[in-house]
Amino acid sequence: MTDEVTDEVTRPARSARQLERERIRRRQAVRSSSIATASTIVFLTLVAVLVTNSPGWPRVRETFFDPEWFVRSLPDVLQGFWTNVKIFLIAEPIILVVGLLVALARGLRAPVFFPLRVLAVVYTDVFRGVPTLLVIMLVGFGLPALQLTGVPSDEITLGVIALVLAYSAYVAEVFRAGIDTVHPSQIAAARSLGLSHGQAMRHVVLPQAVRRVIPPLLNDFVSLQKDTALVSTIGVIEALRQAQIYAASKFNYTPYLVAAMLFILLTIPMARFTDYLSARAARRRGPGGA
Amino acid sequence: MTLLRIEGVWKNYRHQSVLRGIDLDVAPHEVVCLIGASGSGKSTLLRCVNLLETIDDGAIHLDGDEITDVRADVDEVRKRIGMVFQSYNLFPHMTVLDNITLAPRKVHKVDRARAEEQAGELLARFGLADKAGEYPDRLSGGQQQRVAVIRAIATQPRLLLLDEVTSALDPILVTEVLSIIRELKDTGMTMILATHEMNFARDISDTVCFLDGGVLLERGSPEQIFSSPEHPRTREFLQRVLDAGRL
Ligand SMILES: Nc1ncnc2c1ncn2[C@@H]1O[C@H](COP(=O)(O)OP(=O)(O)O)[C@@H](O)[C@H]1O
Ligand SMILES: [Mg+2]
Repeated sequence: MTDEVTDEVTRPARSARQLERERIRRRQAVRSSSIATASTIVFLTLVAVLVTNSPGWPRVRETFFDPEWFVRSLPDVLQGFWTNVKIFLIAEPIILVVGLLVALARGLRAPVFFPLRVLAVVYTDVFRGVPTLLVIMLVGFGLPALQLTGVPSDEITLGVIALVLAYSAYVAEVFRAGIDTVHPSQIAAARSLGLSHGQAMRHVVLPQAVRRVIPPLLNDFVSLQKDTALVSTIGVIEALRQAQIYAASKFNYTPYLVAAMLFILLTIPMARFTDYLSARAARRRGPGGA
Repeated sequence: MTLLRIEGVWKNYRHQSVLRGIDLDVAPHEVVCLIGASGSGKSTLLRCVNLLETIDDGAIHLDGDEITDVRADVDEVRKRIGMVFQSYNLFPHMTVLDNITLAPRKVHKVDRARAEEQAGELLARFGLADKAGEYPDRLSGGQQQRVAVIRAIATQPRLLLLDEVTSALDPILVTEVLSIIRELKDTGMTMILATHEMNFARDISDTVCFLDGGVLLERGSPEQIFSSPEHPRTREFLQRVLDAGRL
């Protein structure tokens, strides 16, 4: 650390050769950014010209890009979207906990836990195989039909249950992959210090595993944010459903565009954050790899 | 008096017996060096003593208790044994201080303040006082291995196992790790070391054991083993080491 600072201070004036080099580099940087700008403009213009000159464009503009309908439907779709956000915010923490527990259950080797382990394996196999939409419909229509006492009947709760069932299976696999990347020598070191299996997991394996799986987990979050729209099939009035109501009665599809835009606005920050974390992790590992 | 008694220990991997009836007694404060070619079973023997491997026959006793008893509590046994690995195996997500205090706090239930105080004393004693807050990847290999040694002795084990602790280090860093081991010997720590550093083995051990193909072929004082080995295989091995310039 201190070496770098003194280097900076005592560094002699740059030679003419280095100054020339830096001047050329600056010029190249300016040139590449102007090329990027120009090519983006050309590309966007081309797309715009192509779309607006297509034979169906006037009709599409009317039904999908109607400013009046945009403004009129926005409050209702936005209100519906709040339901999507709520479902996401409730489901996500539960998914993280359930996913982690399932991943840990799969790692239990003691004979007492045998049923738990089998249950975890069967659960992940089943729910990774069934399409999310199907899980939602089975839970949404099937669970209330059982007429068991204590089983919730409101659609939002049922939707959350279905999403938790579907997504925890994926998240469990992500956690398990993360746990597998921690080298066995770390466990050997922890156990040799007298830590139990549980303590070694908690203090040594999981902290390292979780750090490594944050980018793929965030990726699943993004996916979940979108899939909250699937609960519209069991009657939850969320953004997609609101847009559908408008579209069906007024024969205008602009509300769909409104809903799409809201989803994009929600997922973009998450996607950028994921990129940032991945890039940071790659930098940490350095050019030589882990 | 014996601290550790290894009796007729066998260890098999699939079709191969890696340890073939090892007998070895270690007295309190004794330093035993295991020498032998790569693959002769040194690491496996140490891992068996620490119950990281289950043995296939024989028995191991620590302080008179059979630790290889299938009903023995392995965590309880490992509390009394420290181990240092060739590749340090520090926990990369923890600072040096947390690496050292983890077992005292979580296993031996020492409160944090006391554990950190003791860790601080050990770090200072081994010239690492300024590294307490660093993460392992900011340390040199020699420093990491010294931290690993401190971590292993922070719980005051009855016995310390060291598995080629200098093999992954640049020659220039080897000395600093060896000097900490020498210091441990002076404090009376009972140790079993697997090592390729023959000069060090000659210098520090009370007993040298030569392992060959999973058999403890010859044992004796360092003078005896290095100056007048009885077994032709031992002579051959030492000659090869000598030719390689490591003695
Ligand atoms: N987990 C394992 N599975 C199969 N064979 C192993 C395993 N660990 C060690 N061995 C074998 O056991 C023998 C002794 O290995 P080891 O104890 O590491 O020797 P040393 O430490 O003396 O170099 C070697 O032949 C090695 O291939
Ligand atoms: Mg070895």
